[in-house]
Amino acid sequence: MLEGAEVRLAVDIGGTFTDIVLDVGQDRKTRKLLTTPQRPEQAVLDGMRLILADARAHISDIDVFIHGTTLATNAIIERRGAKTALIATDGFRDVLDIGTESRYDQYDLSIDKPKPLAPRSLRFTVPERIDAHGAVRLPLDEAAVRALAPRLRALKVESVAIAFLHSYANPEHERRTAAIISEEMPGISVTVSSAVCPEIREYERTSTAVANAYVQPLIDGYLARMSDALQVEQYRGAIYLVTSGGGVTSIETARRFPVRLVESGPAGGAIFAAQIAARLGESKVLSFDMGGTTAKICLIEKYQPETSRVFEVDRAARFLKGSGLPVRIPVIEMVEIGAGGGSIAHVDAMKRVTVGPESASSEPGPACYGRGGLRPAVTDADVALGMIDPDDFAGGTIKLDPELSKQALLRAVGEPLGLSAETAAYAVHEVVCENMASAARVHAVERGEIVGQHTLIAFGGAAPLHAARVAEKIGVSRVIVPSNAGVGSAVGFLAAPIAYELVRSRHVRLDDFDTDGVSDLLQEMVTEARALVETGAAGAPVRERRAAFMRYVGQGHEISIELPNRRLATTDLAGLRQKFEADYAAMFERPIPGAAIEVLSWSVLATTEARNPPRVADVARMPAGKASGMRKFFDGRAGELIEIPLYRREDMAPGATIAGPAVIAEDETSTFVSTSFDAHIDGAGSIVMERKAA
Amino acid sequence: MSKASGASLIDLQIMWHRLIAVVEEQAQVLLRTAFSPIVRECGDLSAGVFDLKGRMLAQAVTGTPGHVNSMAESVKHFIAQFPIETMKEGDAYITNDPWMGTGHLNDFVVTTPCFKDGKPVALFSCTSHLMDIGGIGFGPDATDVFMEGLYIPMLKLIDQGVVNETLMAMIRTNTRLPIDTEGDTYSLAGCNDVGCERLVEMMTEFDIDTLDELGDYICDRSREAVLAEIAKLPKGTWRNTMVVDGYDAPVTLAATLTISDEGIHVDFDGTSAASRFGINVPLSYTIAYTVFGLGCVVASQIPNNAGSLSPLTVSAPPGAILNAPKPAPVASRHIIGQMLPDVVFGCLRQIIPERVPAEGTSCLWNLNVRGQTRSGAGGNYGFSMAVTSNGGTGARFAKDGLSATAYPSGVRGTPVEIAETQTPLIFWRKELRPDSGGAGRTRGGLGQIIEVGSGVDAPFDILAAFDRIDHPPRGRDGGKNGEAGYVGLKSGKKLRGKGFQQVPPDDRLVVLTPGGAGIGDPRERAPTAVSDDIESGLVSADNAVAVYGYTR
Repeated sequence: MLEGAEVRLAVDIGGTFTDIVLDVGQDRKTRKLLTTPQRPEQAVLDGMRLILADARAHISDIDVFIHGTTLATNAIIERRGAKTALIATDGFRDVLDIGTESRYDQYDLSIDKPKPLAPRSLRFTVPERIDAHGAVRLPLDEAAVRALAPRLRALKVESVAIAFLHSYANPEHERRTAAIISEEMPGISVTVSSAVCPEIREYERTSTAVANAYVQPLIDGYLARMSDALQVEQYRGAIYLVTSGGGVTSIETARRFPVRLVESGPAGGAIFAAQIAARLGESKVLSFDMGGTTAKICLIEKYQPETSRVFEVDRAARFLKGSGLPVRIPVIEMVEIGAGGGSIAHVDAMKRVTVGPESASSEPGPACYGRGGLRPAVTDADVALGMIDPDDFAGGTIKLDPELSKQALLRAVGEPLGLSAETAAYAVHEVVCENMASAARVHAVERGEIVGQHTLIAFGGAAPLHAARVAEKIGVSRVIVPSNAGVGSAVGFLAAPIAYELVRSRHVRLDDFDTDGVSDLLQEMVTEARALVETGAAGAPVRERRAAFMRYVGQGHEISIELPNRRLATTDLAGLRQKFEADYAAMFERPIPGAAIEVLSWSVLATTEARNPPRVADVARMPAGKASGMRKFFDGRAGELIEIPLYRREDMAPGATIAGPAVIAEDETSTFVSTSFDAHIDGAGSIVMERKAA
Repeated sequence: MSKASGASLIDLQIMWHRLIAVVEEQAQVLLRTAFSPIVRECGDLSAGVFDLKGRMLAQAVTGTPGHVNSMAESVKHFIAQFPIETMKEGDAYITNDPWMGTGHLNDFVVTTPCFKDGKPVALFSCTSHLMDIGGIGFGPDATDVFMEGLYIPMLKLIDQGVVNETLMAMIRTNTRLPIDTEGDTYSLAGCNDVGCERLVEMMTEFDIDTLDELGDYICDRSREAVLAEIAKLPKGTWRNTMVVDGYDAPVTLAATLTISDEGIHVDFDGTSAASRFGINVPLSYTIAYTVFGLGCVVASQIPNNAGSLSPLTVSAPPGAILNAPKPAPVASRHIIGQMLPDVVFGCLRQIIPERVPAEGTSCLWNLNVRGQTRSGAGGNYGFSMAVTSNGGTGARFAKDGLSATAYPSGVRGTPVEIAETQTPLIFWRKELRPDSGGAGRTRGGLGQIIEVGSGVDAPFDILAAFDRIDHPPRGRDGGKNGEAGYVGLKSGKKLRGKGFQQVPPDDRLVVLTPGGAGIGDPRERAPTAVSDDIESGLVSADNAVAVYGYTR
């Protein structure tokens, strides 16, 4: 190996595959292994050995090891977490069952509600009460807390969550309860809601605390075993964990707040896209990750993925809002919809073509796999339209049968609607693209963005086939398909900054603003967040971002307004008001004249800079060489078969330019260049599609 | 049926998907910008798009069923009052007329014409529940609609971009909560603007100038789909009667449901006459909840629009409590209105018992509270809030009912921490009520036990609007009734289920919400399900032995 080069390892443990990426200086190696669910560290260690051998390096050469995992998410989805008890305020045993008191599907009489992670038999209450202002209305009954310990022991409880009303305003009772439980039950996992999620709304806070408690022993055990194993192998570098917010954090913090690890895989994908964006200098990006069963869409502004503060795990009805367990943590904001290459198409009661969320998955797979699948998947539509070369799918390892696709499409879509197999395929393709376009449009608007001003970055097996059409629908004029997108999340991990975000609730009105109190609070948060980040930053500069969540007095939802990185003065208030009103008008059209404004909570993010790659230089365009062949493609709008050229991606040098319609094939996927786009290869090897001049 | 085929057929399908996304976005904007806690925390709102004939083409899934058809009808009233050709770009219209809007003065309906290239192409309409509109307050005590608050006829709210300041001043002055009420009026107008912008983008992309063809396509396809579902049901007529508490005398709700080739008709002849008090229901609201109940069974996968709603028809004799004429008081029309799906299910269970649940709590058990704040400040009055809460739903044929869950209403519960920041009240208890779910092979959902006191040593008012205290949800096929609801003081006094009452500063309000009813003989319940209920404390051991015949 290269002497003196920095060696960085990234591992993404997914449900099916464990992806490993090793960077030695500028040289990159990748590996994909099957995940070993019982002892996940096994696949990690095996993979490390393999990839180190590939690079002729030794484990002691690794400087940094960055790790993301879906273990926390999967433990929740599969209900494999610890036996978890909840201690709540007297009279509030059932916050988790009562939830939002609503039904996530208005018309379905047979819905099931998400099952709480702490069942009622493991939920206890103690006398205590704090009010909305943080004042003690009823002192904590410490004897009652102590009396719980023998019961918890008898029930073999492994982890305890403590969530009292209004603890975000005054955490004292929760802290004291935690101390007593730890005293009585040394070594037990304890989570307090005011530490994991110090925010108003008892259901979300309690749910988050319980989720943290539920995964804590598992993640703690895994991370301990992993550290030990690495020690045995003489690993000497730093270890970081990727969080759902897209930053990395130390093992210690991850062990305390394991719930922050959920969704680290998709977060890696978003960072990957952010990197591509930085490399190309694209300041407004929509990342579009479409795999076998789902598509995920994320907005990336100035190379930073958009973030949110709430997320749902384990949605009972897979994509329906409100059907999952709410977890209130900093998270990269993504919409996920049931639209992947394996999603099944059918005709509904209104004779509309609909796609997903049901998926053909890998067995039996789409009809064209010839493994007994009889219902048409999105991939079948793509095959029937001529976008995929049936003899060269997945590098030629899977032979596809277009006839089976056409039969399935005809049966499920064509015959009920009186359409040919090809027109049915076109309809399926259009509907799935429209679904994704709708999701992108709604998502952008919820974030106050105009979707058409963005560049689309497409990765995952199915995205490059649909990206051009989605772009047409949402008015996007530039689409990037980066190379080696198959291990995108792990590649993204390598670039993740070391970061930690804190949020605290404290209510202040702009017209009655306690500048000193707020400045002190923010300073305290800055100190805490910086301490968590600086320990791992190894001297790298740490930057902070402060924000206030503001709304008109009387509203229930806030928008985030950035604050200066210094103490606030009364002279700042007019500017804050202006900023809020401008953002509000941009998002919701109508500001409310003269209305008072208030701040509900405050956030501080401490972060090192993301390791963004340098800008890639423009390349001189030249016509691509001869196409490797021609394909028959069904143009649905014109309703006719046309011949389009087929290129191999590896044959196209940087600068090589073609005009759509065309297909660019590679082992992992194919990119469809529609009639309204031209495409070229950039200096970093990405396919760049640009809309033709009108 | 439209003649569309090939590519244009696909365009129409895509545009239909898009319209649903547009109104969903409209609803989300309303939710994000609303002031009233019952809108922003609980989702008591509705949003939709209409063609120039006033046909509803799409309605947001976010929102509540009471507005399903009532908002749709209200757009027709707007068009009658303000003909399309008189509408200008930048206009918006408003009303809270219970008979032309959505059933009580607390709901503002705002309708906005949408223009493309200077020509009107559609109307966006939305409605949300304002916490206070003056008058006697949000309770059933008034004896005519004029006592119930500020009555806004169909008016222009915005004239070519200029807000009607006179109207705004009237609104501000006539509510206990001027900030919320004015703010919500703006957010209603704002969400329509967002919807319109998105619609115009869609029409530009697909290069169409009118929604005529799309409207026909959506309505025809939806109607056909609902009729196809109805065709699977036996034809005939079925009857059902249900008695509920009423204000001062029990109310009989009688339904005759007829299934024919043309659709399903529900007639409420035989229903009690209108009440002297504010539990009366305007016909539009009767239709809304009746059609919603039917829709859950025959159209659950079919989007709401003029076409899908058209085969489902409703009538009620004028003067009946379900067709109360102006100026009847109607503020708490939801109590009776939300019972109507149960009445409909009582007819349908005679033919498709496996598809309909047993009776549930059905009406919202909102704590409508009012009183002084700590400082005496806050709006024009003090605090005034509906803390949304619910009882249990009826058992399903193959599953238990849902505990503490709104049905048929679509609103969410108010978080206790939010209620306590909006009011000086302290909730001492809000948890499930053991043994309240009606026993059965499948069990009803549980109600809740709620206990509230003042946090500022002052009395507070409860504007009670509860039902199923004297008439609990009825079990069926051997299943037991759900437990009846209860309202009282901690010190022991029972309170009335309806009307204004005061809670002294040193006492607490105790509310027990009803449980849903059970289906089938409790002794047929799976022993593991009974033992799970005992372990979790949802059913007491005594009850398990006595009612379920449980033996360890």
